[in-house]
Amino acid sequence: MTDVVVEARGVIKNFGTLHVLKGIDLTIRRGEVTCIIGPSGSGKSTFLRCINQLESLDGGYIIVAGEPVGVKLKNGRVEAQSNVESARSRENIGMVFQSFNLFPHMTVLENICEAPIRVKKENRAIVRKRALTLLDRVGLVSKAQTYPAALSGGQQQRVAIARALAMEPRLMLFDEPTSALDPELVGEVLDVMRGLADAGMTMVVVTHEMGFAREVGDHLIFMDEGLVIEHGNPRTVLNSPAHDRTKQFLAKVL
Amino acid sequence: MSATTNESSSDVASGDGIDRTLLLGRPHRRHGLQWLTAGIVLFVIFMVAYSLVTNPRFEWDVVFGWFASERLFSGLIRTLELTAISMVVGILVGIILALARLAPNFVIAGVASFFVWFFRGVPVFVQLLFWGFIAAIYPRISLGIPFGPEFFSVDANVLITPFLAAILGLGLNEGAYMSEIVRAGLLSVNRGQTEAAKALGMRRLTILWRIVLPQAMKVIIPPTGNQTISMLKTTSLVSVLAFPELLYSAQLVYSANFKTIPLLIAASLWYLLVTSVLSLGQYYIERHYNRGSGKQQKKSILTRFMTKARSQTLTPGEQP
Ligand SMILES: Nc1ncnc2c1ncn2[C@@H]1O[C@H](COP(=O)(O)OP(=O)(O)OP(=O)(O)O)[C@@H](O)[C@H]1O
Ligand SMILES: [Mg+2]
Repeated sequence: MTDVVVEARGVIKNFGTLHVLKGIDLTIRRGEVTCIIGPSGSGKSTFLRCINQLESLDGGYIIVAGEPVGVKLKNGRVEAQSNVESARSRENIGMVFQSFNLFPHMTVLENICEAPIRVKKENRAIVRKRALTLLDRVGLVSKAQTYPAALSGGQQQRVAIARALAMEPRLMLFDEPTSALDPELVGEVLDVMRGLADAGMTMVVVTHEMGFAREVGDHLIFMDEGLVIEHGNPRTVLNSPAHDRTKQFLAKVL
Repeated sequence: MSATTNESSSDVASGDGIDRTLLLGRPHRRHGLQWLTAGIVLFVIFMVAYSLVTNPRFEWDVVFGWFASERLFSGLIRTLELTAISMVVGILVGIILALARLAPNFVIAGVASFFVWFFRGVPVFVQLLFWGFIAAIYPRISLGIPFGPEFFSVDANVLITPFLAAILGLGLNEGAYMSEIVRAGLLSVNRGQTEAAKALGMRRLTILWRIVLPQAMKVIIPPTGNQTISMLKTTSLVSVLAFPELLYSAQLVYSANFKTIPLLIAASLWYLLVTSVLSLGQYYIERHYNRGSGKQQKKSILTRFMTKARSQTLTPGEQP
């Protein structure tokens, strides 16, 4: 079964006169891990943010799990989604940020339970149990009552992953989840992500960790100046890139 | 180089004349200036206290007689009521105005800015007079369809009592100031917080109420404490509306017995007492909203004093 989770066609995004995405096409199937690499400013974050509507599109479309992103079809016309509709479609998409963005005024457990309780109106006790299971999965049960400020970067990022998973998303987006971490903390976060991939989660990962992309990724995408330059099997792309720009980029980072 | 290779730190053999043994000790603090200032301050305190006790015109027996009197006390209660209600109105109006000013709809933002411009620009004393004399502008206040039928109509003097005039004047003026404070608080919260909440599917009101406002509180609370203390004193302006709050109660007494100075002192003592209590309350509220920040708050003298007092109740071994 190869049902499509993300279908992006001709995605365009401008910030004023700056053309950041110039027509991105991408298809992601269930259970696949897609890694995106590319130079700074190439539009990787912007594309990821378009998928869950943190940015609006200026052209093209994205369909996530059978639902158009940001718009709805009504009486043969496209209409913008309301704020509530946008929020509802984000429930199915988890996102992990480079800067963690944990809620500092809540404990680790409260961070994880907040959205399922407030958004999905789930039973507190059930959510709490699930949160503890997730914390166990990321190896942080002992930190349940701790505030984020008292955690290391790697621990914070693992909590952020658990927080996103608590909404039981169908798709997880990672925007350079290890870039803000000290080198010795990168491994613990990548291990959690590897476990998630093994469990069959559909993931899009913007990363500079070529080792992770090679071992865990099903697809590797190289973006430059708002376009997908190269798309293929990670080993193939990393070992024998077809395009000059990919070669130049890899020569710099490898 | 010999000093770094040699194990003994007391070695002075490097020949640079620096005594390593002394360097290992902590630097000696000099307290001379502190003693001098303490001396000057003590002297001034003594002089003031001496004059307070010996000058018969303070009439301390009269002061304390009226301080604990029924009339001043009921005035104090009204002052506290006015302060509390005006602050609640001010904070609610302030939150609404702040959100309106940050709204993407520029008509709403414009209206809110106009409101703030007006209520900050006219002295609160003048605003109170306007509300007090509202009946001279609109003798009747009615509810109905414009240029159509009226459902309800009432004499402005009956509807806008001095108390309501005071609340409107103080509350709306406060709202204008609070909107600036709330706005600064909302803007102080990192954009990533809103984005993370959005990404979790939270609705806009939930994000505001559960994520942004609690974090903005750290920025909002300290100036709001100041505003409350300031409001407590500003309520004394309401005496022009002949509303018997603390100051007007004192004025009523001294207009009859001519003990002007003692009664003003008695009222001042109440104001001082309440502002002190409010400052203490502010300390605890600030501490509550600082949770999770992992930092010791380091601010006012009071905060430093309270922290010290708390740590001294613990024995040296057990750290909090
Ligand atoms: N909100 C914004 N307003 C204006 N310009 C923006 C905004 N967000 C991003 N940009 C610009 O869009 C371009 C692409 O940014 P983006 O963050 O997507 O790059 P990236 O590939 O993620 O880079 P990096 O590897 O540095 O994270 C950059 O030139 C950036 O300055
Ligand atoms: Mg980026």
